[in-house]
Amino acid sequence: MAVPLLEVNDLTVRFRTDAGWMTAVDRVSLAVGEGEALGIVGESGSGKSVTALSILRLHAAPTTRMPTGKVLYGGRDLLGLPMREMRAIRGSEIAMIFQDPMSSLNPVLTIADQIGESLRLHQGLDHATARRRAVELLDLVRIPDAARRVDEYPHRLSGGMRQRVMIAIAIACRPKLLIADEPTTALDVTIQAQILDLLRDLQAELGMSVILITHDMGVIAEFARRVMVMYAGRVVETAPVGQLFHRPLHPYTDGLLAAIPKLDVDVRRLPAIPGSIPDPTAVIPGCRYSPRCPMVQAICRTEAPDLLPAGPEREARCPPRVAALEHVA
Amino acid sequence: MAEATIRYQPGLASGEALAARRRFRVLRKLLHHRSFMVGFAIVLVMVLAAVLAPLTGIDPNKMAIRFRFRPPQDAYWFGTDQFGRDLFTRTLYGAQLSLWIGLSVAVLSGVIGAAIGVLSAQFRRLDSLLMRIMDALMAAPAILLAIGLGAALGPQTHSVIIALAVAYIPRTARIVRASALVTRELEFIEAARVAGASSLRIMFRHLLPNATGPLLVQSTFVFAYAILAEAALSFLGIGPPPPAPSWGNIIAEGRSFAVQSWWIMLFPGFAISLAALGMNLLGDGLRDVLDPRLKVEG
Amino acid sequence: MTAPIIQVRDLVKDFHVTRGRGGPPAILRAVNHISFDIRSGTTLGLVGESGSGKSTTGRLLVGLIPATSGAIELFGETITGANGEQALAKVRSKLQFVFQDPHGSLNPRMRVGDCIAEPIDVAGGWTRRDRTDRVSELLETVGLPRAVAERFPHEFSGGQRQRIGIARALALKPDFIVCDEPVSALDVSMQAQIINLLLDLQEQLGLSYLFIAHDLAVVRSIATDVAVMYAGALVEQAPKTVLYAAPKHPYTEALLEAVPRPDPDRVRSAALGGEVPSILNPPPGCAFAARCPKVMDMCRSERPAPRPTGEGHVVACHLY
Repeated sequence: MAVPLLEVNDLTVRFRTDAGWMTAVDRVSLAVGEGEALGIVGESGSGKSVTALSILRLHAAPTTRMPTGKVLYGGRDLLGLPMREMRAIRGSEIAMIFQDPMSSLNPVLTIADQIGESLRLHQGLDHATARRRAVELLDLVRIPDAARRVDEYPHRLSGGMRQRVMIAIAIACRPKLLIADEPTTALDVTIQAQILDLLRDLQAELGMSVILITHDMGVIAEFARRVMVMYAGRVVETAPVGQLFHRPLHPYTDGLLAAIPKLDVDVRRLPAIPGSIPDPTAVIPGCRYSPRCPMVQAICRTEAPDLLPAGPEREARCPPRVAALEHVA
Repeated sequence: MAEATIRYQPGLASGEALAARRRFRVLRKLLHHRSFMVGFAIVLVMVLAAVLAPLTGIDPNKMAIRFRFRPPQDAYWFGTDQFGRDLFTRTLYGAQLSLWIGLSVAVLSGVIGAAIGVLSAQFRRLDSLLMRIMDALMAAPAILLAIGLGAALGPQTHSVIIALAVAYIPRTARIVRASALVTRELEFIEAARVAGASSLRIMFRHLLPNATGPLLVQSTFVFAYAILAEAALSFLGIGPPPPAPSWGNIIAEGRSFAVQSWWIMLFPGFAISLAALGMNLLGDGLRDVLDPRLKVEG
Repeated sequence: MTAPIIQVRDLVKDFHVTRGRGGPPAILRAVNHISFDIRSGTTLGLVGESGSGKSTTGRLLVGLIPATSGAIELFGETITGANGEQALAKVRSKLQFVFQDPHGSLNPRMRVGDCIAEPIDVAGGWTRRDRTDRVSELLETVGLPRAVAERFPHEFSGGQRQRIGIARALALKPDFIVCDEPVSALDVSMQAQIINLLLDLQEQLGLSYLFIAHDLAVVRSIATDVAVMYAGALVEQAPKTVLYAAPKHPYTEALLEAVPRPDPDRVRSAALGGEVPSILNPPPGCAFAARCPKVMDMCRSERPAPRPTGEGHVVACHLY
């Protein structure tokens, strides 16, 4: 791609737990172009959320070792930035929304105050202007009766409404990049559809890039242009969305796609992936997926595979499959 | 109905390995917790002092008027009191009584408080009644309550224990009730009800075991309060009757000679502070380690 | 067609919610006159979003909550009404429940073996040896090694805990199990395993299920018949293939449309607007009227009654 908006190189994040150090994110690299929608998909323990939090350095410092690697934005490495400059970027250039709208809003502040906080901080607006802008933003996120709603407290709003308010706060300063961590997981299906439509429209209107993190392959298929699949802290596959679903390269992606319950077909038995996600502190020799992989070979258990290029915008961490692809091509 | 038992190969159906058991996780955490270890050491010393008191070979009640009011010296480590009794030995024997009082009060108020706590949580109608009674008891400062009851029951060791236990029951009941109310909302309680479990079973098999953490922590604090309170009661003359030494009544007896023979009050007073401190540190450590642990683990 | 083992008629459940400012408590109608049957050996999938009343319905069916009005008949015994308690006691051993939260559904202070044996212990009368044997048997049935019985729940993953919960449900050989979102809290790769386990158990043990879920795809993989709930009312019921192929109620259509598919070529039509109405003060007429794309005047004033439209398909909509 042309110069990416955000580039993450070899990000590694480790946590200390009761049972010792665990590597939550293991040399993850990604790039997001301007106006692009990148999807990160993975299950629990995949490290997707920690990756996102680390971009904005929102991790809890005492238990985490300072992440290593580089997070390049606007020619600067965010990981090395002094906190003052980091705070200037958070909320105004890179914004984030989270999964649980119930706990993401401050219950004792009105909506106007919360949206206005970002505006006053980054753009130096006064109260009156900030409030007017807040109403505009609520309209933008399609909350009916915005002028009245803006003075309400979060507990008066439903989950879907609160998520819209979160989005309003996030886009208040017209960020270049929005990171959305499981933004619709806690919402009903019909509301989820509304929020996804909203995000897509906002992305087009504001020319924003979006990193969407989720465990739901359906949401990814609908929203992302390019997808990154993570497993046990590592990236196992990256591909444009069409290719990921029609011709996946990594056995884990295969397994996920097969195991998802199907809405449009009757399936007698869902092929399940045997075993379970590895304990984060466990050290697994070779490929992290090898204990569960149906096409595992001897070499997979001893040599940890690298992420190999497999075509334009494609990478996969499975040497046997990538090799097979080259044979076909 | 005839049942064909499905037999999955153990482990094969899920393919999941069982996580290695980390035994005694809580114990190891406690051993690393500084406050806990210091508190534990102090309490251990106290208990050893109490248990090994007879080893001194000296009778704590033996009077030797010729040697009264001796300050701390080689022959008498803590000095002697107005009757010439060796204060070191008396303090050691005092540990027996004071620690026994602390333990009894903690256990008694713990058991009764826990019972009241789970009953209140399980039966809503009983809840209002019981909590109002607890509120009434708590309205009076524990010491005053204990004084009242102690005076009514007469100056004996067991009345001190009963009085103090009653004074501390409400706090324990509240804590157990709070924990039980949270536990009640969890799904495993519903599971028990689906199986037809009676209220009794739910209270004692489910609510109570999940309240042991806060209960234990609270009990250590009650222990410390009780030792302090016993001193106050003895000071007022309604503690354990002399000549049996308790830290409280050694202090009480030494009050009249506070200026000239300061050592009579000093050492038991120091012992009381140390015991209370030790117990508090122990309790803090327990709370730090147990509290997050005892939430439903995820 | 086999006779139904579960019959629900006109079931209503109201909750009284105390208002902050005093005054009479408001009435929350969580379940609003629903009726359905479940036949032996089948699974009824109960689908709905939040506020639909599906979880409440599940709990009503096993007597965890008392009904406000209406009738629930289980295996010939009517557990609602005058002698409900005694009737429930008679059929209790045939009923069981599997819960949603793998972390909250097991007592953290009890060993797994004791958790599983709880129904046995409550029923009483088992020897020690029989109890231990049964626990081992149950663990094998759900695919866990026997050694598990000595451990505590926190040592296990979500999927393993759900298996333990299922083992507990099977302890006294029930005939009917209510599964309340049993896979919603699990990872995708684990969901399939648990769904397969439930299907195997149904086949081998002749179980019937009420399977409650918000995920339509999950329901499709396990249900025989499907019922859709909205704001406390049952809006549509049909055999599975009929419902998914040809839904009739506008809400069911909207719901099916809104679910994202793992197919990047699919273009979804615009989402259904609006939100679930408050069940605190239900509007007169159809609960879905405010959001329905095919709403008519009469929908706002008259509540539609469920009407059969052939092939076991029942719809509560004025369009039919």
